[in-house]
Amino acid sequence: MTENVTAKGGQGGGPAWEPKVVAIFCNWCSYTGADLAGISRLKYPAGLRIVRVMCSGRVSPAFVLKAFHEGADGVLVGGCHPGDCHYLEGNYKTLKRKLVFERLLEQFGIEKTRFRLEWISGGEGDKFARVANELIKEIEALGPLGSVAERLRQADGLSLRAEGGAGSA
Amino acid sequence: MPGPKIGVYVCHCGSNIADKVDMDALRDFAGELPDVVVSRDYKYMCSDPGQDLIKADIKEYGLERVVVASCSPRMHEPTFKRACEVGGLNPYLMEMANIREQCSWVTVDRGGATRKAKALVRSAVNKARLLEPLEDKSVPVDPKTLIVGGGIAGIEAALKIAEAGYKVYLVEREPSIGGQMAKLDKTFPTLDCAACILTPKMVSAAQNPNITLLTYAEVEDVSGYVGNFEVTIRKRARGVDEKLCNGCGTCQEKCPIKVPNEFEEGMGLRKAIYTPFPQAVPNKPVIDRENCTYYKTGKCRVCERVCPPQAVRFDQEDEIIKERFGAIIVSTGYQPFDPSVGKQWGFGRYDNVITGLQFERLSNASGPTGGKVLLKDGTEPKAVAILHCVGSRDKNYNEYCSRICCMTSVKFAHLVREKTGAKVYDLYMDMRTFGKQYEEFYNRVVAERDIYFIRGKGAEIMEDPVSGGLLVRVEDTLLGVFREIPVDMVVLNVAMCPRPDAQEVAQKFGIQRSADGFFLEYHLKLEPMKTANEGVFIAGTCQAPKDIPDTVGQGAGAAAEALKVVLLGKVTVTPTTAEIRETLCSGCRMCIPLCPYTAISFNEAKGVAVVNEALCKGCGTCAASCPSGALRVRHFDNRQLLSQIEGVCAE
Amino acid sequence: MPESKKKLKLALYWAASCGGCEVAVLDLDEKILTVAELADIVLWPVALDFKYKDVEALADGSVDVCLFNGAIRNSEQLEIAELLRRKSKVMVAFGACACYGGIPALANQFDRESIFARVYGTTPSTVNPGRVLPQTKLPTPQGELHLPTFYNAVYKLDDVVDVDYYIPGCPPPPDLIWTAVEAIVSGKLPPKGATIAGERALCHSCLRKKEEKKVTAFRRVHEVIPDPEKCLLEQGIICSGPVTRDGCGTRCLNANMPCRGCFGPTPEALEHGASMLSAAATMAEGKDEATLAPILDGIVDPLGTFYRFTLADSLLRIRNKALVAGAEEKEGEEAAS
Repeated sequence: MTENVTAKGGQGGGPAWEPKVVAIFCNWCSYTGADLAGISRLKYPAGLRIVRVMCSGRVSPAFVLKAFHEGADGVLVGGCHPGDCHYLEGNYKTLKRKLVFERLLEQFGIEKTRFRLEWISGGEGDKFARVANELIKEIEALGPLGSVAERLRQADGLSLRAEGGAGSA
Repeated sequence: MPGPKIGVYVCHCGSNIADKVDMDALRDFAGELPDVVVSRDYKYMCSDPGQDLIKADIKEYGLERVVVASCSPRMHEPTFKRACEVGGLNPYLMEMANIREQCSWVTVDRGGATRKAKALVRSAVNKARLLEPLEDKSVPVDPKTLIVGGGIAGIEAALKIAEAGYKVYLVEREPSIGGQMAKLDKTFPTLDCAACILTPKMVSAAQNPNITLLTYAEVEDVSGYVGNFEVTIRKRARGVDEKLCNGCGTCQEKCPIKVPNEFEEGMGLRKAIYTPFPQAVPNKPVIDRENCTYYKTGKCRVCERVCPPQAVRFDQEDEIIKERFGAIIVSTGYQPFDPSVGKQWGFGRYDNVITGLQFERLSNASGPTGGKVLLKDGTEPKAVAILHCVGSRDKNYNEYCSRICCMTSVKFAHLVREKTGAKVYDLYMDMRTFGKQYEEFYNRVVAERDIYFIRGKGAEIMEDPVSGGLLVRVEDTLLGVFREIPVDMVVLNVAMCPRPDAQEVAQKFGIQRSADGFFLEYHLKLEPMKTANEGVFIAGTCQAPKDIPDTVGQGAGAAAEALKVVLLGKVTVTPTTAEIRETLCSGCRMCIPLCPYTAISFNEAKGVAVVNEALCKGCGTCAASCPSGALRVRHFDNRQLLSQIEGVCAE
Repeated sequence: MPESKKKLKLALYWAASCGGCEVAVLDLDEKILTVAELADIVLWPVALDFKYKDVEALADGSVDVCLFNGAIRNSEQLEIAELLRRKSKVMVAFGACACYGGIPALANQFDRESIFARVYGTTPSTVNPGRVLPQTKLPTPQGELHLPTFYNAVYKLDDVVDVDYYIPGCPPPPDLIWTAVEAIVSGKLPPKGATIAGERALCHSCLRKKEEKKVTAFRRVHEVIPDPEKCLLEQGIICSGPVTRDGCGTRCLNANMPCRGCFGPTPEALEHGASMLSAAATMAEGKDEATLAPILDGIVDPLGTFYRFTLADSLLRIRNKALVAGAEEKEGEEAAS
């Protein structure tokens, strides 16, 4: 696992492009699994950053959209394996949302690869590191996604006002 | 409007973080973030002087939020929460950035690690800005403990708790407590007999008024939470009135049905009404309904007729027991590896290839041969091979070391020599004698006559075409030669494996499993008996392979954990629960069926949903499905999480 | 009304819109006369013959209120939005399109090229053998004509100018318009940025019987005649009521149609589309993909369903360019076949 490192860039200036992946992990399984990857000194690229929630069931699809909005190149949601949820059934709700949400992302032109839901237990540090490396490698092949602000700027070159207004999150 | 005053503390963790993350750059970066009024770095933030920095700054700078960038919050969140509290800041106004387990330890290059650490700190500062003070609440605890699994770990835990004056329910699936240890003959390194040291404990467990012993019983359902678990136990029908039965054994004598005895590892026979072994506790038989003639044909009833106290009850039904417990200890033990899955070992094919537990039974005075080590044909073996690591330390089966096999093998070698004139060949990969007096025991056995230790893994067991005996193939790695050793008995020291129903049991008790399938402890080194499910503890070989001393140690340790829960009489429940903002709730009822704890109900008068905070565990699933945003989870609300996502994304 | 002697100056404008908002103003019925009494209209392209230059001639800030409906689809609309903002004291985003992009913003799934290719090329009713596409400049004997630039994306009004109030709806209901007019006339204005609608979700006003939000099949409106007494969601029909602001008078629900969300998200909703998607998906009964997938596949076109009126106000707003080329190809293939 350790040799499977795709991180670029070194001591000097930053890399040309490092995929940015927001991982939203449940406290009990996936976050613990990610800690275990650390304890085991497994390596994965620095562009993957974890936000902790108590349960993957807390992950509103809007959080994932927010990450893409902010310029994430990929989003990884991690929960407990089916049947193992610390809160009994939260991960089933996550699965339900995913089944509709991934079709929404496709309609938004966001490649399937960029959003992933994984069941990672607290004992699966190696699985987490494998998924992280795999996902980043796949995203590298796709190239950067860019933030929504950039995409809008590229669309028509208008200088849009700061977001806000009637219904903005 | 100026935000709250934030202090950021960057921990070097010795060199654990500082080696990979530029501490100066990170501290300065944190200092530049909006609302941060002080940022410091320190060698060990978790140390007293480190914590004192926080406490002093809370006073000096009037800090309203604290961010600690260090190890995982799973490690030191309580430490820093406490430091804030002592310093005069509500502990829920502290947020951590995990820059060790999820940054310095997993990142190859310093540039990347530093960039990532900055992002994580910014994310934590973002969230900290939006935190709100919360107060812990406590709920009363039921003072009873449930122990699941009556092996030596469970017995030890039960005795410790009962002797401390607290009530215990000890639930065992088999008709008797005792577990695997009850099957053993002599135990290393002292060679005292297992029964001699175990039986008194079993009897004590049965006699202690604080222990309710439920054998031939299984836990069906667990709900609730630490302090107040609601447990349903099914006590299977024994067919015998335990109160009337005096354990005389007449029924077993007269029962005409004989079936292979599980306790004897299939080597001996038992009756259809039986106690698994003479020292069984409770010493009350059960009727094996699958094999009993009465249940098959409606006839026989011999046992019923001969029973002096008239205790046989053919119509007895399973009993469902519902109880509330403050703490639960799971000590469900292990499953021996089945060597018949590998053709190379010839197990099941050759009569005299046996497992370690079968050898224990042969060697045991109450076993099928009365303690004689004999071949299947009743003769004494001339040469015995003992194989280590069967199913252990082998990536085809289990990568882990089962820990007991080396010492068990050495013990077997000694027992073979003690009981027979056979030569012994002990085939080991490495000799691991890690425990107290283990190396000394090994040295004594090494010095015994006619025991040959061969460094090499027993590769294959074949029939000797000439003698009709067995041939063990091994690469003797010290001599560098392949050998074929003629023997007439092979003992396979098989791996300790998770029980086949480990997954089901794990789900029932809300515990996780590690990659090897054993139950997952909260922290491998520091919290070996705790699990992620608060109030549920694990002990013994359900957690990982271990020997008797370690199992007993964990049993006692788990008892201490359980006592900690029940002695306090109350548990702190997190205030990070869901709340409904009534002025925003439209009463759509989307949230109500989503809560697995039925914590949300509907107030018809107000037309809004209501959260029962005592039942809510704060998972937040409801909030993620509340379309209007009326449902909010404290400490993990939408704004806080969105700000964190912004924080990790920004460059 | 102490200052009632002084008549208000009122501007009404339509940008990328269907005209429904204009009709909604007329739907004030006899009250429109009161409006006429209270206000002088300085611009209303759909009803009165004013020119842009008439507006340009006004002093900055001299228009009291501008009711701006429609989204921003091209450069002319942007120009007029900026002009009216300069001239007006109070700018009101009027109707779903101005507030959230509305139906026109659904075109944000495509860029200009693919929209043109479809509209001027492949639709069954198009006859355009020369493949003539709209241009921004056209040389004529009289000189070069300049036409507005058609943008790649549709924008909501507050993307391009500062907006003081929002009146949502497709179109805004007359009683809400009247509430706004009264507030403006009386000077009793809500805080800047306010949306003139309910703070809770529509379910608050919905009288249908709500029992348990569990669903084993989703249905589209043309597939079933719903029980008019029962919650539509509980009948498997996607209704955006739980995420959409109250205030429309449950017009669609009264007609046994689900809420499509024209009032936009409630103030605390994370996002109009994603929040409703999240809620709707979790209603499906089941615990494994094999059971859930067929149920959830019943939610067709999630983007069009959940962002029908609010795509320009969403987090992602426009389709990722990288896949647009693919979409065009598909479009081409479909046309060819």
